[in-house]
Amino acid sequence: MLQHALLSSLIWLPMLGAVVCLMVSSDTSPNRARIIAVIIALMSLALCVPLVSHFNTVGYQMQYTENHAWIPAYGIHYALGLDGLSLPLVIITCFTTLVVVLAACTSVKRKVGQYMATFLIMQGLVVGVFVATDAILFYVFWEAMLIPMYLSIGIWGSANRSYASIKFFLYTFFGSALMLAVILYLRLKSGSFAIADFYALKMSMDVQIWVFIGFLLSFMVKVPMWPTHTWLPDAHTEAPAGGSVVLAALMLKLGAYGFLRFSLPIVPDACDKLALFMVVLSLISIIYISFVTLVQQDMKRLIAYSSIGHMGFVTLGCFMIYIIMHNTQSYQNAYLAIEGAMVQIIAHSFGAGAMFVGIGILYDQMHTRLMKDFSGIAKTMPLFAALYLLFCLSNLGLPGTAGFVGEFMIILAMFHSSFWITALASTAVILTAAYTLWMYKRVFFGPITNPEVANLKEIGPIETINLLLLAGALLFLGLFPQAELQFLTATADHLLHLSLLSKL
Amino acid sequence: MNHLIIATRLLLLAPLITGLFAGIGGHFLPKIFSQLVAIAGILVAFIASLILFNGVILDHAASFSVHYYTWAISQDFTIPIDVLIDHLSILMVTVVTFVSLLVHIYSIGYMRDDASNPRFFCYMALFTFAMLTLVLANNFLLLFFGWEGVGLMSYLLIGFWFHKNSAAEASLKAFIINRVSDCAFFLGIAAVYTYFHSVDFAVVFAHLNEIAPLTLSIFPNQPWSVITIIGILLFIGAMGKSAQVPLHVWLPESMEGPTPISALIHAATMVTAGIYLIARLSPLYEYSPTALTFILIIGSTQALFMGLLGIVQWDIKRVIAYSTLSQLGYMVAGLGASAFSASLFHLFTHACFKALLFLAAGAIIIAMHHEQDMRKMGGLARKMPITYLCFLIGALTLAAIPPTAGFFSKDSILDAVAQTTLPGAHYAYACLLLGVFVTALYIFRAFFLVFHGKPATRQATHEVSSVMWWPLIALAIPSLIIGVLCIKPLLIEPNGWLGQSLLVFGPYNSLNELITHFPGIWPMVFNALTSLPFWLGISGIVVAWLSYVIYPSIPAKCAKISMGLYQSLVHEYGFNAFNNLIFVRGSIKMSQFFASDIDGKVIDSFMVNGSGRLINRLSNLACKLQSGYLYQYALVMILSLFAFIVWQVLL
Repeated sequence: MLQHALLSSLIWLPMLGAVVCLMVSSDTSPNRARIIAVIIALMSLALCVPLVSHFNTVGYQMQYTENHAWIPAYGIHYALGLDGLSLPLVIITCFTTLVVVLAACTSVKRKVGQYMATFLIMQGLVVGVFVATDAILFYVFWEAMLIPMYLSIGIWGSANRSYASIKFFLYTFFGSALMLAVILYLRLKSGSFAIADFYALKMSMDVQIWVFIGFLLSFMVKVPMWPTHTWLPDAHTEAPAGGSVVLAALMLKLGAYGFLRFSLPIVPDACDKLALFMVVLSLISIIYISFVTLVQQDMKRLIAYSSIGHMGFVTLGCFMIYIIMHNTQSYQNAYLAIEGAMVQIIAHSFGAGAMFVGIGILYDQMHTRLMKDFSGIAKTMPLFAALYLLFCLSNLGLPGTAGFVGEFMIILAMFHSSFWITALASTAVILTAAYTLWMYKRVFFGPITNPEVANLKEIGPIETINLLLLAGALLFLGLFPQAELQFLTATADHLLHLSLLSKL
Repeated sequence: MNHLIIATRLLLLAPLITGLFAGIGGHFLPKIFSQLVAIAGILVAFIASLILFNGVILDHAASFSVHYYTWAISQDFTIPIDVLIDHLSILMVTVVTFVSLLVHIYSIGYMRDDASNPRFFCYMALFTFAMLTLVLANNFLLLFFGWEGVGLMSYLLIGFWFHKNSAAEASLKAFIINRVSDCAFFLGIAAVYTYFHSVDFAVVFAHLNEIAPLTLSIFPNQPWSVITIIGILLFIGAMGKSAQVPLHVWLPESMEGPTPISALIHAATMVTAGIYLIARLSPLYEYSPTALTFILIIGSTQALFMGLLGIVQWDIKRVIAYSTLSQLGYMVAGLGASAFSASLFHLFTHACFKALLFLAAGAIIIAMHHEQDMRKMGGLARKMPITYLCFLIGALTLAAIPPTAGFFSKDSILDAVAQTTLPGAHYAYACLLLGVFVTALYIFRAFFLVFHGKPATRQATHEVSSVMWWPLIALAIPSLIIGVLCIKPLLIEPNGWLGQSLLVFGPYNSLNELITHFPGIWPMVFNALTSLPFWLGISGIVVAWLSYVIYPSIPAKCAKISMGLYQSLVHEYGFNAFNNLIFVRGSIKMSQFFASDIDGKVIDSFMVNGSGRLINRLSNLACKLQSGYLYQYALVMILSLFAFIVWQVLL
């Protein structure tokens, strides 16, 4: 029985938990909300266990499907399903919420119940996006999750929060509006809102390009790709720690998910035609943004920019498949590229989430994010410094950490088709190391100059557990990537197949 | 066979487990605990490597692989985590664990007063683990794991005293420069995967014949051999770790780390990883004379010009650091001449005598209360007799005076380079010959400055504790004798200690002359007494003696006469200034332009907020139309009506 409603429970359990949180919490007894939120987050994660253990890694079909008519007049269904692309993303969503809730236990003092509820609602909505197989249902979740995000920045954010939250909302909303138009057009042609039916649709090149652009604007804002990226650093700096974690670990993944779920399989010919354009944008995201990252003074802005660079590898992997097929006809390499893109999505969720959780811990004690205010933290917080070093190493893609695997696969896949694109992308190896370790040096090494740093307290037990969870995930994915790859294989193969099948 | 597999597993796991224990347990237990645990781990690894040495090299058991797990499978492409036990890897791990063990023991004394003692031992054990991974890997990926692992531990150990800004900066510099070469290494691995569809050494070597004729055009209409491209990319990777010019600048700075680290990582093991890599890939390099020529030129240039820098240094550790650069140049030049076995031989002897010199320097530094400037030393010979003797042995070995170990290994490299027919061989040979004189000069300059002459300081000095001089002796003995013991099995005998690990094609076999006409060990020593390199070495020592003991005014005069040359040496040929100007300041300037002008002004202010403002203005305009005043609406109505009528009537 449970199996038939597993996905629904993953969506609605946290929402229910949020309602309970709101009801029981009060400013005088914030602990109740904390305990409930942690329990709900743990329960959601526990629900992922049967999800993984019953997952069929051989087939590409949607699993755990649920389908109920929702608005029969328009043929809109409440249809859910899970494949190898969504499975890791759902697990990440539950994991990230647990991390956010744990971090909030010690750091959020104001409106605790509301804060917890916001992030639990967000969890439900994000899971909804990843498992919806009906385009309208997908769109509803996609839009709905902007609201808790907007609120979290607007309520718990720092000084310039209203500018950032409005910028964030308008930017992302602008993209989504076009996506709705495209979805309605596809419904007109296919007679159904099921995403799978869109895959079968034949379209002329002109139509495909318009559809592609409609999707593109919506997804590239979310990823974000250069030049629609400037909302991200602002949103990150002003958001509370939890908001930043969710932004980096989940929100950005929606764009990449969109490319893989919609753009590539629905309009493959347009993708093929515009592949070089997308690859160039991705390279700009990787190289240009890395240089911009180098001179950031604010730690959160720095990590925000570095996220853009890392997501550049995802879009690079997605669109290189066409260039690989054109130049070398190597299906194996194209497969490696698209699988690498998926791995990079997963790795970045954990990596960037960990970086932001760490900065949140520092901010709680120091109330500043500027690197010049720090120096020599390794002396006062050795355990924290050691764990944060691991996060930095994953950020710069050291072998043995999660950050390495995806980049490695994508670079390997590309070399044959274009030496120069590969060489340009691989400069990330140098640039990420430069900005990440330069930051680490300025914050953690050196003599203690600020008396506030001398009074810093080492992280407590909850924070330690939280960071150890993240560190464990990063190491596990780096040392045993086969553990995740086995779930991706069938879906990656199927997606690649669809993406290379002409629809003209 | 079974016990060899167990030994292999212990070899890797012992340093890993004990390293982690030392790091974590160090927080709760007395520091002696982490020291003993780390040393026990290395001891187990050393014994395991001796068992392997005995089993495979002496008893001629076959080479074998041990499978750990499968890292990734992507359709037809599988990457296993496997280690390869063959002659080459066993020789390397024996040297690595031997030096590591002695340095661990020495560190008990050297780091006695340091509060972060457990952290130090944890790093050193983990470094050894990473180095063993690098050496034992049977595929490019695992090798890259170890490669980056040693880079990371080197970063952490250079920055061990992270509260010092200079140490933090040196560690950052070391890591980033290594990443530059890793970038090329990464591309090299991608190229290997692309053409061989595997990253396994054995598979790559088996298919070299098929790939050799293929070309790749990196620049339009410039077809280059694929093997050459792979070879050069991988060698650029090696240039970072093995500090070859122009990526050498991090090594002198790495002396910010504790001295035992300089001995272990920045002399004996990690910096030789590049040498090991090229030797391991000897079958591949044999297919590309172009890559070999490139290697030969870089190596010989390095051997001479980095040695010259050693002459003008005052910091004792920096002298030895430049010496390491120069000696690495010798090894690389040997590789370029296809004398892989001679280079490895020099790698092994260098590991002993350079670790010896660094540890002796460390003993001096401790005795001088952390003073490293040689101008403040002098006359230490009487106060530190054991260190004096050991340093002298190290210096003689470095200067390749027969019959020390350094003589045999360096002479084989010189012989090979003299025989090679690659373009640029004459230049290379000249550099290496001059280098012999320079080597003797800088090391005996240091020797005389430190141990002879008048004591320039009144600080009370005395011999260091036994836990520190005992490892010196343990290194001094092999520095003296392994040349005599090892030259035959390593270089001369067919199917000797290196077994079938290396591959050299007939025409490139530059050691052939030495092998076929090998006169025997002692005749080789006597022949050397009438050879040019020997007298160059002797004259280097004599010049050093004259200028720093007999007539101490000579160096200053020489500096004055050759002002331009002297200045360029003091500024280390301007590499640092150039890098700072172009790469550091240049990229920061460019980044600032990107960040504030393009991102800040063009995209954010103009496009994003600009469109916001535009909408604001348009809506203000629209607001004005809806003023709510009846007379304005009426006026618009009448004017429009009028315009409409005019339009209808006139047109």
